[in-house]
Amino acid sequence: MTIIRHHARLAALASLIALTSGAGYAAPKKAADTGAAVRGKLVFERQCAACHGQGPGDDGSPRLPGTDALQRKYGGAMPGALEKRTDLNAEIIRTFVRHGSGPMPMFRKAELSDAAIDDIAAYLKVSSKP
Amino acid sequence: MAVLPPDLSAADFAKALAEFRAAIGPDWVFSSEDDLGPYRDSFSPVWDTQKERLASAAVAPANVEQVQAIVRIAGKYRIPLFPISTGKNFGYGGPSPNVTGSIVVDLKRLNQVLELDEARAFALVEPGVSYFDLYREIEARGLKLMIDCPDPGWGSPIGNSLERGIGYTMPSFRDHFGASCGMEVVLPNGELMRTGMGALPGSKTWQEYKYGFGPDPSGLFAQGNFGIVTKMGFRLYPRPDFYRTGLVTVPRRRDYVKLVEICNYLSDSMLCGEIVHGSPLAALMGKPDFAALATKLGGPSDADIDAAASAAGLPSWQVDLQFFGPEATTAANWAHAKDMILSAIPGAKAIDGDAFALPATPAQLENKTQPYRSGIRRHGALGVPSLGIWKIVRDDGHLGFFPVLPRSAEAVFEMQRVMCDALREFDKMPSFFNATTAPLHWHSYAFQMVYAPGVKRGDPAHNDMVDRAMHKAVTVAAAHGWGDYRAAPIYQDAVSDTYSFNNHALRRFHESLKDAVDPDGIIAPGRGGIWPKRFRKS
Repeated sequence: MTIIRHHARLAALASLIALTSGAGYAAPKKAADTGAAVRGKLVFERQCAACHGQGPGDDGSPRLPGTDALQRKYGGAMPGALEKRTDLNAEIIRTFVRHGSGPMPMFRKAELSDAAIDDIAAYLKVSSKP
Repeated sequence: MAVLPPDLSAADFAKALAEFRAAIGPDWVFSSEDDLGPYRDSFSPVWDTQKERLASAAVAPANVEQVQAIVRIAGKYRIPLFPISTGKNFGYGGPSPNVTGSIVVDLKRLNQVLELDEARAFALVEPGVSYFDLYREIEARGLKLMIDCPDPGWGSPIGNSLERGIGYTMPSFRDHFGASCGMEVVLPNGELMRTGMGALPGSKTWQEYKYGFGPDPSGLFAQGNFGIVTKMGFRLYPRPDFYRTGLVTVPRRRDYVKLVEICNYLSDSMLCGEIVHGSPLAALMGKPDFAALATKLGGPSDADIDAAASAAGLPSWQVDLQFFGPEATTAANWAHAKDMILSAIPGAKAIDGDAFALPATPAQLENKTQPYRSGIRRHGALGVPSLGIWKIVRDDGHLGFFPVLPRSAEAVFEMQRVMCDALREFDKMPSFFNATTAPLHWHSYAFQMVYAPGVKRGDPAHNDMVDRAMHKAVTVAAAHGWGDYRAAPIYQDAVSDTYSFNNHALRRFHESLKDAVDPDGIIAPGRGGIWPKRFRKS
């Protein structure tokens, strides 16, 4: 399964990197893309996945709220799950994170830094590969 | 959109910002329009209007000493501060302040779980710790402890409890402020204070005996503005061995009177967790004839509702019960509940629900195996943080008005009728109050009902209607003795106005305290309807 393969690919690098998301977060300057993706996976899991993850929603809902909203919005033209999207670079993610969208509120730099958003983008590049 | 703090020139504001940068680092002082965008209330019905409350800057300290430094600098320039923890107080103002021009003190970087004690069942946390964080920490350490979290779970134990938020497990934990034990506070002069046993140097019981000696001022910091809470203790639920659910239905509307009485007994005797009340007749609200009956001016008669229920083959009311504890205890408590209800109410029926050992498996958390349509949200019931509830958020969010009412069916019927009639003019919104509206038994010893009109940022006329409806709801409810428990800054004065016994003696007392400890209004002036003399209208 795609997700399991990504887990295996990223897990091998996980022990190399200290991980946080907002507070005090700074991407190491020499980090390789894979390092950014590993950090981004952790940030995604902590900051995004509860709404935009691929698991089921609560109490019988087939999808989590953010994933479900995007699934309905795009009507199948694009995946509802962000981890399957191939079109999300850091600037696009930053726009939605900082400005929100409908029910999704804005996120502050103190809770999700620009560097963390860059890492999320790096992770989504990896996660969306078949 | 740039705004200045009250009574401060642009030049002095620039000086103050320079001092904040020197105190906490330039990366953690935010004053650009872009950076301040996320400090607006994304659920605001007054977005982009003169009524919207906007911050002039935000500062994000990393530790308590920096919080103290911020308060002292703010005092020097007489700048109001507005503290937030994780900033997720949506429906009640989000991270936005009471006073335009305030500087938001964003405490997200104070994010340490300082203590977790399994044997004595408590936690000591900082404000930036979310319920997700606390849950993860307990899981990572493998502790047999359960948290009681709100739904959604991205708020912080400190922020939520200071808003008097609630959860969904046992009564002694659902009241989050009630389950707190000991706090550390930066006072308006920058001094550090600890409450309860925390005031006794060397004490080891800060999270076990909340009172210490003498008056306990901790209540002043909930929905108040007397300091910035930087640490807070919470009692935790030793994780029960077993979880069991059951559903009870009663056929007639008036049966609900006895059902509520028995449920109160079960809850007050600590025999069960949150009782989720519901009317199966709510499923008929899509039918115009029934909707007309359920919203009839003056309220429908019992006979008419019973006839509609009978015709639809539905019971009039139901309660979802849930039990925690040893397996045998949960079985005995459920058997006792069934016996009490079925012997007292003719026609009542009981259905066994799920029963399993804790912690729940992922499949059990999905809540797909109840043999009936359940109103229980399983994540919340088991203290597992989730954002699944966000599916109910439409458009640009909603507001929250949750009037407190007595735990009796008569009070439920009265609120249904009074609020339905009063809000009838706002017929472009859903009828939150009708003959099927169920009470929430979230707070341990009171019912609440929910009024949560949606907000549409691009539709000012709609938002204006929502704003007027909120004010009317507050006023009408208060005229019947029902008060709101929590409000967004734009409604806090209106709600505070309704708590007016003896010519607002309570508010005048709070104002006296505020004038004494924070005459310049450095800490959140206006929060909770409490204004210092500097800001009070004569």
